[in-house]
Amino acid sequence: MALLDLIWGPFAEFGFLRRAMVGCLALSLAAPPLGVFLMLRRMSLTADVLAHGILPGIAAGFLVAGLSVTAMSIGGLLAGLVVALGAGAISRATGGREDAALAALYLVALALGVTLISTRAGSVELSHLLFGSVLGVDDPALFMMAGVSSLTLVALAFAWRPLVVECFDPSFAAAARMRGGAWHMMFLGLVVLNVLAAFQALGTLMAVGLMMLPAVAARHWARNVGGMAYASVAIAIFSSAAGLLLSYHLDLPSGPAIVLVAGGAWVVSLVAGPVDGLLARWLRRPHLAG
Amino acid sequence: MIQLENLTLSHGRRPAVHHVTGQFAPGSLTAIIGPNGAGKSTLLRAIAGLHRPDGGRLVAPRDSIALLPQVAAVDRAFPISCLDVVQLGHWSRAGAFRAIRPAERARSLEALAAVGLEGFGRRPVGSLSVGQFQRVLFARLLVQDAPVILLDEPFNALDTRTVTDLLALVRRWHGEGRTVVAVLHDLDLVQREFPQTLLLAREAIAWGPTEEVLRPENRLRARMMAEGWLDDAGACARDAA
Repeated sequence: MALLDLIWGPFAEFGFLRRAMVGCLALSLAAPPLGVFLMLRRMSLTADVLAHGILPGIAAGFLVAGLSVTAMSIGGLLAGLVVALGAGAISRATGGREDAALAALYLVALALGVTLISTRAGSVELSHLLFGSVLGVDDPALFMMAGVSSLTLVALAFAWRPLVVECFDPSFAAAARMRGGAWHMMFLGLVVLNVLAAFQALGTLMAVGLMMLPAVAARHWARNVGGMAYASVAIAIFSSAAGLLLSYHLDLPSGPAIVLVAGGAWVVSLVAGPVDGLLARWLRRPHLAG
Repeated sequence: MIQLENLTLSHGRRPAVHHVTGQFAPGSLTAIIGPNGAGKSTLLRAIAGLHRPDGGRLVAPRDSIALLPQVAAVDRAFPISCLDVVQLGHWSRAGAFRAIRPAERARSLEALAAVGLEGFGRRPVGSLSVGQFQRVLFARLLVQDAPVILLDEPFNALDTRTVTDLLALVRRWHGEGRTVVAVLHDLDLVQREFPQTLLLAREAIAWGPTEEVLRPENRLRARMMAEGWLDDAGACARDAA
C-alpha cells in the first residue's frame, strides 16, 4: 500500500533514518515528563536557560577535543550544573521573580558559547552545535541518549511522589521532611542530562523542543500529572516520527521539522484539547442542570 | 508538650516573633490572635519545623505534628484529584515509595465523606470552591491522625456553613485529647470556641485563659506594638543583659 510505503519505506531503506528515530525515541520517552514537571513548577523558561547555558561548556569541550561526544558532554554537564545552581540562587534572591535575570543569563551564555566556538571552528561546526544533526548521530551519541533516557525513567519512578507533593504543597512537603531541596536538585540534574542528550540531535537552540512542546501540549489532554506525562510522551514520539518523515519527503532540515511538528501538535491541542481548549470554550454547550 | 523558651524567629534580621516564652499543654485548644505581621504564621511554621529559630529554644514533637497551611500557600490549580490530596495524609507510613493499602484508601474515602465531600474523590482540586478545597485539606488532617494539629487561618474567606462544619471537626479533635493550635482573626469565634488564647504582636502580649487575654488593655497594647518596626533599630541586646 502506498501510504504504508511512504511511512515505512524510508526507515526500511536508510540506516541513518533508523538511527535518528531510535535516538528521538529515547529522547521522547524521558524528556517530556520532565517538561511536564517544569511546566507545573512554572519553570518552562528554565529549560531554555539550561539549554543555552550548556553552550559555553560544550564550546570548551570542543576547543579541547574537537567534535567528541565525551568531551563536549563533560563540558556541557559542568556548565549546565553551574547554570542550574546559578538560576536557583537567582530565583531565591528575587523571590520567584527571576525571569529577567534568567533571560540575561542565557543571552550571555549563548553569546559566550558562539564566540568560543568561532575562535576555532567554521560555520559548519557552528551550525552543527547550534542546530544539531539528528541524521548524523554516531554510536557514542546514541548510547548517551539511551543511557540518559533509562536513567531518567528510573529516577522519575523513584522521585515521582516527592516531586508532585513539592509542586502542589511545598509546606506539607517540608513538614513531612521530604527533603524537597535534594529532590529538586536531582530533578534539575536530570533536566541538564536530558538537555545534553537532546543537544546531540537538535542542537542547543532547539534541545528543549522535544521537552517543553509536548509537555505544554499534553496539558490540554489530561487532568492529572500521570496522564499529562503519558500524553506528552505520545506526542513526542509522534512528532519525532512525523518530523523525520516530513524532512525526508519534503527535503526539510530534520531537527526543525521535528520541533515544528511538535509545535503543530501544541496548536492542535490548544484549539481542540478537551482541557482548557479554545474549541471547548467557543462551542457553548448547554450548561448542566446541577 | 510544645515549649517555647525565649524564642525569637526572624525574617532576615527582622524579628517576627521576639523573645516569647510559654507552652501549649497536651490536649489544649489554643487560638493565636494578633494583628497582621504579628508573627502568628511564622510561629506556627516554626513549631512544624519549617522555620529555624534565631534564638531561644523550641521543643516540639516534630513527628506527631500535622499542619494546615494557609490556602494561599497551596497551588490550587495543580492537576491532582481530591482523593490523591487526602491520600497524602498517609505519608508518614507510605512515604515516597510504598503503596497505599486498601484499608488506607478506605480511610481516605471515609475522611472525604466526613468533611461532606462524598463522591468527590476523582474531582480535580482546580474545580473546587475555596470552601470545598479547605474541606479537602481538613480530610487530609483527619487521615494524618496526628496528636498535634496546627491550623493556619483555617476559616478565612469561608461561608458560615463551612465554618460550622469544620469547627465541629476541631471540637472533635479537642474531645479526642489532641493538641490543637489555630491562627484566627474572628474574636467572637475565639471567645466562643477556644479555651486558651495567645495574643501575639511579635512579643507575647498575653497568654492564658481566653477571657483574660481578650481584655481591652491587652488588645490596645497589641495594636500599639504592631504599628511597625523601627527604621533605626539596632541589634537586640536583651539576651546580653
